[in-house]
Amino acid sequence: MNPTPTITDVRDAGPASRVRRRLSGSAASLAALVIAVLWTVPTAGLFISSFRPADEIRTTGWWMFFASPEVTLDNYRDVLFGSASDGRLASHFINSFVITLPATVFVLGLAALAAYALAWIDFRGRDWVFLGIFALQIVPLQMALVPLLRFFSQGVTVGGAQILPAWELTGAMAFTNVWVAHTIFGLPLGVFLLHNFISQLPRTLFEAARVDGAGHGRIFLRIVLPLITPALVSLGIFQFLWTWNDLLVALIFTGGDTATAPLTVRLAELAGTRGEAWHRLTAGAFVSMIVPLTVFFLLQRHFVRGLLAGSVKG
Amino acid sequence: MEFSFLDELPKIVWMLIGIAAFLGVIGLLLVVIDMPRTRRDRWQAFLFLAPALLLLVGGLIYPVLRTTYLSFHDRSGDAFVGLANYLWMFQRPEILLVLRNTLLWVLFAPVLSTAIGLVYAVLVDRSRFESVAKSLVFMPMAISFVGASIIWRFVFAYRPADQEQYGLFNQIVVWFGGEPRLWLLEQPLNTFLLIMVLIWVQAGFAMVVLSAAIKAIPAEIVEAARIDGAGAFQLFRSITLPSVWPTVLVVLITITVQTLKVFDIVRTMTGGNYGTSVIANEMYSQAFSQGQTGQGSALAVFLFVLVIPLVVLQIRRTRKARELS
Repeated sequence: MNPTPTITDVRDAGPASRVRRRLSGSAASLAALVIAVLWTVPTAGLFISSFRPADEIRTTGWWMFFASPEVTLDNYRDVLFGSASDGRLASHFINSFVITLPATVFVLGLAALAAYALAWIDFRGRDWVFLGIFALQIVPLQMALVPLLRFFSQGVTVGGAQILPAWELTGAMAFTNVWVAHTIFGLPLGVFLLHNFISQLPRTLFEAARVDGAGHGRIFLRIVLPLITPALVSLGIFQFLWTWNDLLVALIFTGGDTATAPLTVRLAELAGTRGEAWHRLTAGAFVSMIVPLTVFFLLQRHFVRGLLAGSVKG
Repeated sequence: MEFSFLDELPKIVWMLIGIAAFLGVIGLLLVVIDMPRTRRDRWQAFLFLAPALLLLVGGLIYPVLRTTYLSFHDRSGDAFVGLANYLWMFQRPEILLVLRNTLLWVLFAPVLSTAIGLVYAVLVDRSRFESVAKSLVFMPMAISFVGASIIWRFVFAYRPADQEQYGLFNQIVVWFGGEPRLWLLEQPLNTFLLIMVLIWVQAGFAMVVLSAAIKAIPAEIVEAARIDGAGAFQLFRSITLPSVWPTVLVVLITITVQTLKVFDIVRTMTGGNYGTSVIANEMYSQAFSQGQTGQGSALAVFLFVLVIPLVVLQIRRTRKARELS
């Protein structure tokens, strides 16, 4: 077998072209560098600021940090644990988790169940059901918000008769509304992604299990779930990040109640009412970013794979 | 009152109850499915699908019909008003401004994010720092629009001219001898500044997807072109661009759909004030702040109508791409 020519072999095509290549190479590097800087500096500025004393943030730019480096964690302490008007983001941090974890687990579970049935159980109208769920991916959230909110707050009445009562959940139980809303909006994409994955499992696997007398429930639990773990991880990351970063759904289904508001809602509020309190906003923004950034950097591979599988939702 | 973890405990307990109850119901469902009496395929399929279908029918299909119905009714939802809500939308100058803004978003955000993502993907491809370079631009994808908006509001922060600037943009303006300004209040420039935030977030998405497409170009083709003496730009124009063009279109359409629905950035940057509102933000204000259910619903329906052709196009493109590969 011939050795394949490598790029370096081809490169030595003559001095002129080498110079031109070097030139275009350095122009290209410069362009890449400019983009990389533009994409990094704003975040870096906010990050550096969040560790500067409040007085300095108020009077000088963050770039002056390099002239007089002074680091403090006061901003983080104030914004996390300070008075309620300062944000008290620790509480909202917990809210974000309390909203996000169930919303992710619910979507994974229900989507996996539905995807299994659509892929491996024969019944009439199966293709239509799948097509219907697939089509629901395109519905903008905005189309569902008003009726869904009404359902939670007023229940269902048909011709004046109350079929289902209003939920009227209070305290910690009020989170249930947000869970259900996020689950609904996450399902179409979830079913679609997992169906793609589950339908590619080998048929012999199921036939062997059926011969051994296993029912669909057992096959799903013992064989399918372990095998689709990679797909569950990808979808899980997406649903997690999407729910954690969401503003609109939380804004509407926590009903402006500070007790159940996640970080995004509280931060948007702080940005609106205390737009110039940068010592709080800088630290606050990073409190909201720390979890998604950790997930992102630890699981970047899965994240990218999910992205390439076409999982973009809205 | 101080923050105390004890006050937070009920939420965590309720979360654990919620997850446990969910897993319990699923477990029960699987047991029922495997009971000898339900061993008919149709019944089993129904049980597998029931929870998801119940939520989708009740939480999406019915609401879509209901919102459409509401868009032809007044704010109470009782009196039929025909097309009044839609006429309102296309006649009121402030709503026309909203529609114009949405048009600006759709014209600029998708094309620029895709172009920047593509150029960057090509530039860093096979370079020594490729994975670090890609992470930097991809990173904004992980953070929320709210977080991204706060980052950019800080860049555009304003101090009066006699004080030292702490917003990077105004400082640069001052360094070049200009006057600091409240950039987010300047119409129509502010809409473009908001669009820039979305570009900042979405370019990473375009870059990652296009980078994968670039790596899928067969090495032999690239090498053959190199041997023929093609320069970097020629290579890009006659090999890279045609090869990734289907992916470029998919990325463009995906970002366009996202752009149409943009809400968080507008909400956090300006609250939709100073002439920066877009359809999704206006829909929220009308339906939830002002209680104008009919007008809000009409805006939602209009958004839906705008999205449909894009998604049809997207499905066709994806199918074609699958057939090719």
